[in-house]
Amino acid sequence: MTNEATILNSTPDQLKAARQARYSPGQSAHQFSLYLYPLLALALLLLVNLLLDPQFFSLQWQEGRLYGPLIDIVNRSAPVALLAIGMSLVIATGGIDLSVGAVMAICGAVCANLLVLGDWSIPAVIGLAVLTGLGCGLVNGLMVSYLGIQPIVATLVLMVAGRGVAQLLNQGQIVTFQNPDFAALGSGSFLGLPVPVWLVLLALLIMQLLLKRTALGLFIEAVGCNAKASRYLGIDDRGIKLTVYLLAGGCAALAGIIATADIQGSDANNAGLWLELDAILAVVIGGAALTGGRFSLPRAVIGVLIIQALSTTIVVSGLPSKFNLLIKALVILLVLLLQSELFRHQLKTLLSFNKLRGGKA
Amino acid sequence: MSEQITKPVLQLRQINKNFPGVKALQQAQLSLYAGEVHALLGENGAGKSTLVKVMTGVLQKDSGELLLDSTALSFATPKDAQQAGISTVYQEVNLLPNLSVAHNLFLGSEPKRFGLIDKKAMANQARQLLSSFGLAIDVTAPLSEFSVAVQQLVAIARGIAPKRGAACTKVLVLDEPTASLDADEVQTLFQVLRQLKQQGVAIVFITHFLDQVYQVSDRITVMRNGCFIGEYQTAHLNKAELIAAMLGKELCQQRHQAPCLAVEHSEAILTARQLNSGQSVQQLDLDLPQGQAVGLAGLLGSGRTEICRLLFGLDQADGGTLSFAGKPIKLSNPAQAIALGIALCPEDRKTQGMIAPLSIRENISLALQAKQGWWRVLSKKKQQQLADFYIEKLQIATPDADKPIGQLSGGNQQKVILARWLAVEPQLLLLDEPTRGIDIGAHAEILQLIRQLCQQGMSLLVTSSELEELTAFSSKVVVMRDRKKVAELSGEDLNPDRIMAAIAGASV
Repeated sequence: MTNEATILNSTPDQLKAARQARYSPGQSAHQFSLYLYPLLALALLLLVNLLLDPQFFSLQWQEGRLYGPLIDIVNRSAPVALLAIGMSLVIATGGIDLSVGAVMAICGAVCANLLVLGDWSIPAVIGLAVLTGLGCGLVNGLMVSYLGIQPIVATLVLMVAGRGVAQLLNQGQIVTFQNPDFAALGSGSFLGLPVPVWLVLLALLIMQLLLKRTALGLFIEAVGCNAKASRYLGIDDRGIKLTVYLLAGGCAALAGIIATADIQGSDANNAGLWLELDAILAVVIGGAALTGGRFSLPRAVIGVLIIQALSTTIVVSGLPSKFNLLIKALVILLVLLLQSELFRHQLKTLLSFNKLRGGKA
Repeated sequence: MSEQITKPVLQLRQINKNFPGVKALQQAQLSLYAGEVHALLGENGAGKSTLVKVMTGVLQKDSGELLLDSTALSFATPKDAQQAGISTVYQEVNLLPNLSVAHNLFLGSEPKRFGLIDKKAMANQARQLLSSFGLAIDVTAPLSEFSVAVQQLVAIARGIAPKRGAACTKVLVLDEPTASLDADEVQTLFQVLRQLKQQGVAIVFITHFLDQVYQVSDRITVMRNGCFIGEYQTAHLNKAELIAAMLGKELCQQRHQAPCLAVEHSEAILTARQLNSGQSVQQLDLDLPQGQAVGLAGLLGSGRTEICRLLFGLDQADGGTLSFAGKPIKLSNPAQAIALGIALCPEDRKTQGMIAPLSIRENISLALQAKQGWWRVLSKKKQQQLADFYIEKLQIATPDADKPIGQLSGGNQQKVILARWLAVEPQLLLLDEPTRGIDIGAHAEILQLIRQLCQQGMSLLVTSSELEELTAFSSKVVVMRDRKKVAELSGEDLNPDRIMAAIAGASV
């Protein structure tokens, strides 16, 4: 117990010195480097596009609206960007939501049928579609948080059943409608930018405010890192999990509205098909771990832009379309590797080794 | 004993093993002789499992020596250890319930004929092996058809079954083999152990049941806080001495300066009457006085942790009454307990306490934030103030508050968790093993803090396996045995010897 006595009897200065001496230095995560690699990858892809097509960065102003390949990329990213925003939250809690593509289809079918059936006002149609999305999220959330079903299984149920529900709503047909006001949600423009882009920006802003101006973001990260410890310190971990699936359902509803408005119809078989996978990929490219924890909505949206820019690049490059999927996979693998600190370190060692050898030779 | 003259079959010397933030083993040692049952004892977290894992190749030692038959070895994988003749039966039965008993016994080294498994030979060998255990069962039936006890015996049989290309079993490690067995089955197991002993196998026996230690073991090694405490002949060590070795007996000088002994009788902040919770806590009467620290002593599984869980709303009471600050209460989740002013610093810091990837700042402010509700956010500035205040007050060793808590040492992690709860300003703070696995400096600082908190009027309930520590700050100590309160010691009676006697019970 002599150690104990020395510590109790030493002066504050001595203690402070001992304290400084005892700490082990470790790296704190730098916000900057977290954004650096996704942004770098995006910039590189755009550069490749510019080399392939000198007109790539050109913008034209026609009929009060901007046009150009860059605007195309942003506009086409909109549905997946909305999905990725919701998916980020779900993944941050250590879960996953496979049903968002199917939820898009359901909400699209709801919109199309309401518009065909009667003269519902546009806000009412949007409201009912969003409510439907929230309802789907509620089902997912209840299964995951209160029934304890593994997220991948619970949401797989709705992924399969949801498309069936959409097909039932549409009675096996593609339901089309004539409603220029509603169609504007998909193809209209506002202040020079396409409406879907504004919707994404709005959703991103509202979500960021909700996450940062309340403790919701912190609680989501805490539950994702350690649900048990979170419960021990008084966080309602089940409630948090339920909330993220609700929000993901709401985001999927918005994406479904845009997709339906864009084609002025609801195709239950193809609306939102496989988009959940793009959304998950975007979140991962944005640097979030599938095991839960830290997340960032802006980075997930950058991830979506990378995926969309890549698709565009492949088209612009004029490669036969049969190469598309393979090239997409390879480039994304490369982006993910570049983000890994371990891989960068190994790459650096390898390069310097080669340089050494080259120098000798 | 004659074995003492011969050389040990396996010797571990000065083994050190560090995990990030924890010194799991410090100069640990163990000597095993052929034909003995050697009990390896210590409280949870004493380092028994780590030592066994080093011995069986699951973990690599940082330094130290492992001598098998006087040759220095080191095992890179569990398979290496097995090849050398060290077999392990883990606490959880590691078998495949869907395969037959015989297949389980010889998995990976099945007798073969023309390259295919010879089922007949396998079944015969299995029957032979199990008959030596007094087990006559259908070895071709799937394992899942048999009781846990039989499965446990099969696991042990598998441990000593001959493996292809391996030396015959010299050392057999049994980690809590009797936990799921009833009394008769334990006797069957002990018969088998005695037989194996005759065959010259050295058996390491890890258990929490001290009676069984006396029934079957020849020698005992005791560990505490990752250190070797002593090696004893079972016959020459009585139960009280054994418990003293396990829990630590060096009397603390701090006892003399214990300041939180309130002279006058103070009001009880929390009162429990006949409190029951399933099998884990039975008929508990407990009074926690305002502004005092009450110690909670008992061996592992005696109901200490269960009381803390109950008072924090993690488990629900199914009988009896509980009142806090004069009002009857019913707790169904931790959030309710926190709202009332009860906080718990849990036993297992890693899984129940810290949120490793989050920063110190966030870890400190989380409980207060949760209490305030998610819509009333603590600004980053407020969080930073809280963190700075407690880093200074509790002397948390860190360069800044943004470092992830997972990168701190065990003692500093514990201080951050303490800070988290102090920030909530609870009326009653439950500390479950607050000093386990932390270095001696942080240890002293935490004891000091407990005294300070009492002086400021906070009530504490502190669980600890270290008795001298309990007597250093407690106004009374409640002793638990077999889920029941068996003693409440205060005043003159409050000393480690009395606590130990109460823990050991009438059998001393």
